[in-house]
Amino acid sequence: MSDVTLRADLGHWRGWLLDQAPGSRWQARLGRWYRAWLGFRRNGLAMTGFGVVLLLVGIAIFAPLIADREAATLQVLTQRLEPASWQHWFGTDELGRDIYARVVFGSRITLTIVALVSAIVVPVGLGIGLPAGYFGGMVDAVLMRITDIFLAFPRLVLALAFAAALGPGIENAVIAIALTTWPPYARLARAETLTRRRAEFIEAAELQGASHLRILLTQIVPLCLPSVIIRLTLDMAGIILTAAGLGFLGLGAQPPAPEWGAMVSSGRQVLLDQWWVATIPGMAIFITSVGFNLLGDGLRDVSDSRAG
Amino acid sequence: MSDAPLLTVRNLRVVYPSDEGDFRAVRNVSFTLGRERLGIVGESGSGKSTTGRAIMGLVPEPGRVEADLLRLGDTDLRTLNERGFRKLRGKRIAMVLQDPKYSLDPVMTVGRQIAETHRHHFRSSAKQARAAALEMLEAVHIRDPERVYTQYPHQVSGGMGQRIMIAMMLIAGPDLLIADEPTSALDVTVQHQVLAIMDEQVRKRGMGLILISHNLHLVSSFCDRVLVMYAGQIVESCKAAHLSEAQHPYTRGLLAALPELGHRRLVLPQLQRDPAWLEDVAPLTDATP
Amino acid sequence: MNVAALATPSAHGWVRQIAGPVHRVLKVLFSVLLTFLGLTCVTFVIGRVIPIDPVLAIVGDKAPPDVYARVRAEIGLDLPLPVQYWRYLMKVLHGDFGNSVITSQPVLADLLHVFPATLELSLLALIIGVIFGVPIGVIAATHRGRWQDQVIRFGSLLGYSMPVFWLGLVGLLAFYAKLGWVEGPGRLDVGFDDIVPTVTGLIVVDSLIAGEHDVFVNALSHLVLPASILGYLSLAYVARMTRSFMLSQLRQEYVLAALAKGLSPFRVVWVHALGNAWVQLITVIALTFGSLLEGAVLTETVFAWPGLGLYMKNSLFNADLNAVLGGTMLVGVVYIGLNMLSDLLYPLVDPRARESS
Ligand SMILES: Nc1ncnc2c1ncn2[C@@H]1O[C@H](COP(=O)(O)OP(=O)(O)OP(=O)(O)O)[C@@H](O)[C@H]1O
Ligand SMILES: [Mg+2]
Repeated sequence: MSDVTLRADLGHWRGWLLDQAPGSRWQARLGRWYRAWLGFRRNGLAMTGFGVVLLLVGIAIFAPLIADREAATLQVLTQRLEPASWQHWFGTDELGRDIYARVVFGSRITLTIVALVSAIVVPVGLGIGLPAGYFGGMVDAVLMRITDIFLAFPRLVLALAFAAALGPGIENAVIAIALTTWPPYARLARAETLTRRRAEFIEAAELQGASHLRILLTQIVPLCLPSVIIRLTLDMAGIILTAAGLGFLGLGAQPPAPEWGAMVSSGRQVLLDQWWVATIPGMAIFITSVGFNLLGDGLRDVSDSRAG
Repeated sequence: MSDAPLLTVRNLRVVYPSDEGDFRAVRNVSFTLGRERLGIVGESGSGKSTTGRAIMGLVPEPGRVEADLLRLGDTDLRTLNERGFRKLRGKRIAMVLQDPKYSLDPVMTVGRQIAETHRHHFRSSAKQARAAALEMLEAVHIRDPERVYTQYPHQVSGGMGQRIMIAMMLIAGPDLLIADEPTSALDVTVQHQVLAIMDEQVRKRGMGLILISHNLHLVSSFCDRVLVMYAGQIVESCKAAHLSEAQHPYTRGLLAALPELGHRRLVLPQLQRDPAWLEDVAPLTDATP
Repeated sequence: MNVAALATPSAHGWVRQIAGPVHRVLKVLFSVLLTFLGLTCVTFVIGRVIPIDPVLAIVGDKAPPDVYARVRAEIGLDLPLPVQYWRYLMKVLHGDFGNSVITSQPVLADLLHVFPATLELSLLALIIGVIFGVPIGVIAATHRGRWQDQVIRFGSLLGYSMPVFWLGLVGLLAFYAKLGWVEGPGRLDVGFDDIVPTVTGLIVVDSLIAGEHDVFVNALSHLVLPASILGYLSLAYVARMTRSFMLSQLRQEYVLAALAKGLSPFRVVWVHALGNAWVQLITVIALTFGSLLEGAVLTETVFAWPGLGLYMKNSLFNADLNAVLGGTMLVGVVYIGLNMLSDLLYPLVDPRARESS
């Protein structure tokens, strides 16, 4: 009985969300998101990617519940390089640490790096791109020149140079990656601003005496965010790969932190006899980056079909 | 006309399937065409281009084409596969598109693009094709064919581009030319020139022409017969000379909206649309004459 | 000038014909110059401003203040930053990147010594990427939404999701250790070193020039695995970009017109649409080559490939900042050079770019 009413209720909500003539701005906005979600849900690969990313976030949050924190760093030298067993699902590494626990806790490092890089890159990109597009002229020319210069750099090599100067470590890896990641966001924000700059509602706000800063923050930023978010999702795989690459070179998180790239690196010495030590963390990097790429592709497809 | 019609279309239907159900872009369109000039007018989205593309077998992907009869001369177009259509296109039916800026390949010289049609249909040598292309350029009144032959599309003007397009489409000697708004992207000054050149070729070669346009004036002065389309259907079909006696209220509305020389109006008449126009007209059956 | 030239094209045609390309080249050069200055700024900042204290690194932290001050003045650190930058720029322009701490050679000499190995690796990878990536991308576009497209899209997504160092290790494990199909790390087996004289620096080419068949086979056998792995990554990127360019080309009117004149879809796709897509692809290929140089840093580490990447990595761990910055500069210059090349090349495929606007 209650099932029936629940369904009727859901049907009602669906109708409200898909209403062609929404009654409020909120309804319109929710409806738009709901429709995008319907389009997204039909894309099997994108949903897989979404699942992988959710799983990763879940693992990172609940890491202490699904793995033993001690085991991730505990060196049991009597149990070095053991193959997979009931006790050590993925075997143990050259210092006798449980690889499963290290992979699980490693997800926290990976997500931290991704989150920190995003937190730097988006504000910096917007901070440079918005004024460039909004004010135009000299401001635009100077800001975009700077952006182009950074855009012209090979990412990993510049990150390498920064890491070399700043010293190895997770914070420096984040700074190095962020420094080479922001330019496309500036370009994106500039392009979005340019297309909106002359929109009537912006001119209306200007006539009402709103300050430039206020217009940028309240009118233009929200319009830029969707494309920035999609771009960010697509970039995350690249960020993860660069971070893992720095870790592999020994420039990321320092031992004994269970960073995936560093784990692959330490497994190299025993690759031929104990393949799992290097291979399993690499698999974790690979799956994570596939997940983000699938999710990003799906989001882009949805936004493209909405735009076109 | 004494000879059999060039093109017979009976109850042509084109459907684009989509998530929100099928969209019927062309609904039961019927007409026949001899070696004459037929105009199709109608507002944007009324299905004019789709009709033309259906005849060429070029309706884009999910679109479906059905008809009770679709014949070019004695060829039944409904039974043709893609290969069969390919033999026809360029050779027996050709199409001139709206804007030469976009409809010529920007990275190939115009000469090669014209010669390409010739080579493809006659398996001719490069030399023969080149000679034929130069001749064709001359036929569309291009002054310095040798020079134009080696130019790229961005180097020629719009009017010249459209003449090149006509040359490219007529070089294999088709019987029927579909011109989809061939002058709407051009400067007013060259519109007539291009139309005159097209007309000259069509007459000289004894071809049939379907001229698709927004412009009622142009069509009525240029064509022998006029079809008026609205929402995928033909709502009016008459001799161009008798257009002023048109019956359908949509056509009458269009006529009324035409500006007249030396006759200033205070209020521009607005077209009042009637939902009844959207209803299906009866498809043609064997009983209908 | 252009107005007149446009009005009477035949009279002033030659002006346009010459002024166009010259103008274009000047524009490209200007932007290259700016980017190069930016590059030196960044390496300057990394090299002179960020490090904790270069003087301490030389004199040690027990040095008396007067020694400290003298060394500081010697390396010019007491000068204002712009002057320091100017001096730095002059040195760089003379090819002086300082000496390497490890090899005690000028960094430039070191770089020139190791770069051919990297070039060999990334060139072959690029060739693999373009030869396979472009047709694959075209096929995906023409089969949009069908299974071929799905397979290609997914396959290339796997490619650009791949940690290259891990793929290298797995490849070594499978094809070298288990199957024995290819040779292992390094460029040559020990016995083959120093047989062929260096001409181009690319051993595969040099051995052919010298007619040393065995060396060639051995070098190729070492090269093929790392080059294929890098090649797969570039293939993935090239295929993805080709697909999206082709999709937008296939929507163009000239495609419809080409079909309307009776051409086969094959010719329309591979001659007309692809001919136009090349215009955009040139830039992508240049970028791919740049990113291959980056990929080389990791791949060379895995395969003990004695190229630029391995050199930079080793310098990094020996705190050899001169060498690292020299390497960064070299990669940056190659990057800029590639961008310039693609800017200058695409008039070859795009007639519209042959005249300046
Ligand atoms: N590929 C397609 N998929 C779905 N619908 C389409 C497609 N092509 C055309 N349509 C729809 O078919 C209808 C008729 O289009 P068509 O291009 O034939 O109109 P038209 O009369 O030529 O208009 P215009 O004067 O603007 O060229 C339009 O409503 C259009 O939205
Ligand atoms: Mg049309």
